[in-house]
Amino acid sequence: MHVNNTSTEKESLTKRKSVLGIRLFFIYLICYAGFVAIGVFQYELLAIQVLGGLNLALAYGIGLIIFAVILGVVYNYYCTKYEDEADAEPSNEIEGGGVA
Amino acid sequence: MIYEISYTALIFFFIFVGLVVGLSFYFGRKTSSSSSYFAAGGQIHWGVNGIAFAGDYLSAASFLGICGMIAVSGFDGFLYAIGFLAGWIVALFLIAEPFKRLGKYTFTDALNSKFNSRAITLSASISTLIVSIFYLIPQMVGAGDLVMPLLGMPHWAGVLLVGAIVIIIVASAGMASTTYVQFLKGGLLIILSLVLTFFILKNGFTLNPDFKGSSGHYTFMELCPEIENEKIIAVANWEVISQQAVGNKTFVQLSQDGVARWFDLAASQNGPVLKETLTVTQRADGSILYNGEPKESRRFYQVGHMSKIIVNGEEVQETGALSPFQFLSTLQQSEIVRFLQVKFPDGNDEVSLYYQQPTAGASFMLPGLKYKIGRDATLWSKLDFISLMLALFLGTAALPHILIRYYTVKTPRDARKSTILAIAAIGGFYILTLFMGLGSAVNGVLDVESSNMSAPLLARAFGAVLFSIISAVAFATVLGTVAGLIVASSGAIAHDFIDVYLKKNLSDLKKVQVGKIAAFAVGIFAILLGMAFKGINVSFLVGWAFAIAASANLPAILFLLFWKKTSEKGIAASIIVGILSSLLIILTSPTMWDRYGLGASNAWHQLENPALISFPLAVLTVYFVSLWYPKRNKVARIENEIVS
Repeated sequence: MHVNNTSTEKESLTKRKSVLGIRLFFIYLICYAGFVAIGVFQYELLAIQVLGGLNLALAYGIGLIIFAVILGVVYNYYCTKYEDEADAEPSNEIEGGGVA
Repeated sequence: MIYEISYTALIFFFIFVGLVVGLSFYFGRKTSSSSSYFAAGGQIHWGVNGIAFAGDYLSAASFLGICGMIAVSGFDGFLYAIGFLAGWIVALFLIAEPFKRLGKYTFTDALNSKFNSRAITLSASISTLIVSIFYLIPQMVGAGDLVMPLLGMPHWAGVLLVGAIVIIIVASAGMASTTYVQFLKGGLLIILSLVLTFFILKNGFTLNPDFKGSSGHYTFMELCPEIENEKIIAVANWEVISQQAVGNKTFVQLSQDGVARWFDLAASQNGPVLKETLTVTQRADGSILYNGEPKESRRFYQVGHMSKIIVNGEEVQETGALSPFQFLSTLQQSEIVRFLQVKFPDGNDEVSLYYQQPTAGASFMLPGLKYKIGRDATLWSKLDFISLMLALFLGTAALPHILIRYYTVKTPRDARKSTILAIAAIGGFYILTLFMGLGSAVNGVLDVESSNMSAPLLARAFGAVLFSIISAVAFATVLGTVAGLIVASSGAIAHDFIDVYLKKNLSDLKKVQVGKIAAFAVGIFAILLGMAFKGINVSFLVGWAFAIAASANLPAILFLLFWKKTSEKGIAASIIVGILSSLLIILTSPTMWDRYGLGASNAWHQLENPALISFPLAVLTVYFVSLWYPKRNKVARIENEIVS
């Protein structure tokens, strides 16, 4: 993150959370793009029965919704952990507005 | 559709609207500064804000539009739910916290936090206005649809009513009341959707969904014709009037007791058969006939039923209660009857005809009925599908009325937590829309003229009280979302454009006053657009708002947050290119060509969703313009000083 940080958060903490966010974003992006790609290039696959009699389209679609919630919870868990760790550390950094 | 007033619904409606308006006046007394008007003073609890986020997001598009599109087009409607939710991933992982650190009240403040550029102020406020207006259109269309069965009013009156109430709400209080209205509505909507889904699963499937006569389910007639040389020459007890070929279909007009009706000539196991259709005939003298009779005769029916129910390979009449998995898998193996529309002239009359189309459950539960990506796919249809999914994924994080909600909480940590709560609430709701949409498709409740009323009409089949509460909450849904959008728009005009761009240096009080006048103007404009776009599925319309937001705002936000060399000229140019390119593609799309009366197939191109072209164009613009016109020295120097 290279923008001015107007809050009182340590820059190293901001960067750590940002890196985590970007990684999780790409994991989800790959899953989402996979759904779109199957629809466009291998449409027949979507009709295959996969889970409890549901076709792949339904299972994948509902799965994407549930996966988003799970990733959100994981992200919050780690961000809170990073924040608690940063709060516990003695502050050597200037707070409030560094540049990544 | 022909609706009767429900007095129970009316009572609930007035209680709810009274509650909403009362809440806004209560908070209105507390609103004195521009901070409290535009951002609720940054004092909202993250839990309230999270559900309010869900309330903002679960607009008419989600509750009315997605359920309606699933009811009519099956899985293609669910694509919107998948894409709408996926968009929150961009918001949570890339935008929420950094954005909270940037600004004060508006999207423009955040973008301009280090440049102080007038070009950015102007382009971002225009973008906020355009995206908000495109998001307002479907809300107003949905409001009109809702009011028809609720109050027995025409569509335009519903639009006018919502516009008037919202202008009162926004002009009285601003963001704090909007937040609490959204919190209340978001929570109620999720609870009521759970109740509705429970009823759907408890009832299971039946070939005759009459709900003990309460829904007035109509069984359509089938007649055996005598045919000679592909011409219908006689039908018992009916007089043959005319025969029309439309595409690969043949429709026959028959008369009985002085009433003329249209039938669809279809094949069956026992030979050719004439299946009754639904028609709306616009006559040359301006009068309208519903199934050959005036509106008052009530011969225009609700539709949508199953023609075959298969359980474990056996055909059955009904299933009884089902688990969620059993519900979905049974529908996949069965067959449902959809109603498809054709239009044709009949002498001086214009006929809009809806005929029965039996559809295998397996096809209904796959993409392809609206967005052709499998059989019958063309390059255009595949590109359109990719473009839609791209817009939904990228649009959420760039919607101004969603972005301003990051400013209503105290800290970036609260912004993150409220986003996650919103994702969980919205995700749960979207899974319920699947059941509500499919339930509407098979329970004989659909209005062929507008898919938007599927979920409330399904509720009506389960009881007047459930319908009343759901309709009142759905109406509040529209009120809350429209209010949020109008606050975002008025912020763009009063704060960004007049105060910052025109350098009027308004006092705090004056800024709030100008904001309220701007809210009034945007409200009037939204009312007019809501009337103009009657009849289009609201999710489809929201798809456009997402595409414009994704193209105009997201490249600018992402480059600002993640690329050091991004310049003020790059941001401003990217916003303008994003707006213009997406608008150009939308205004020349098949749907708009149809609206202009020029015929959808004659449109310049066959792309309904612009993001596939307009988003990359905006990305290239911000990149190259930032390289060609680097940051002003002063900005770069300040940054270097901070680094060192």
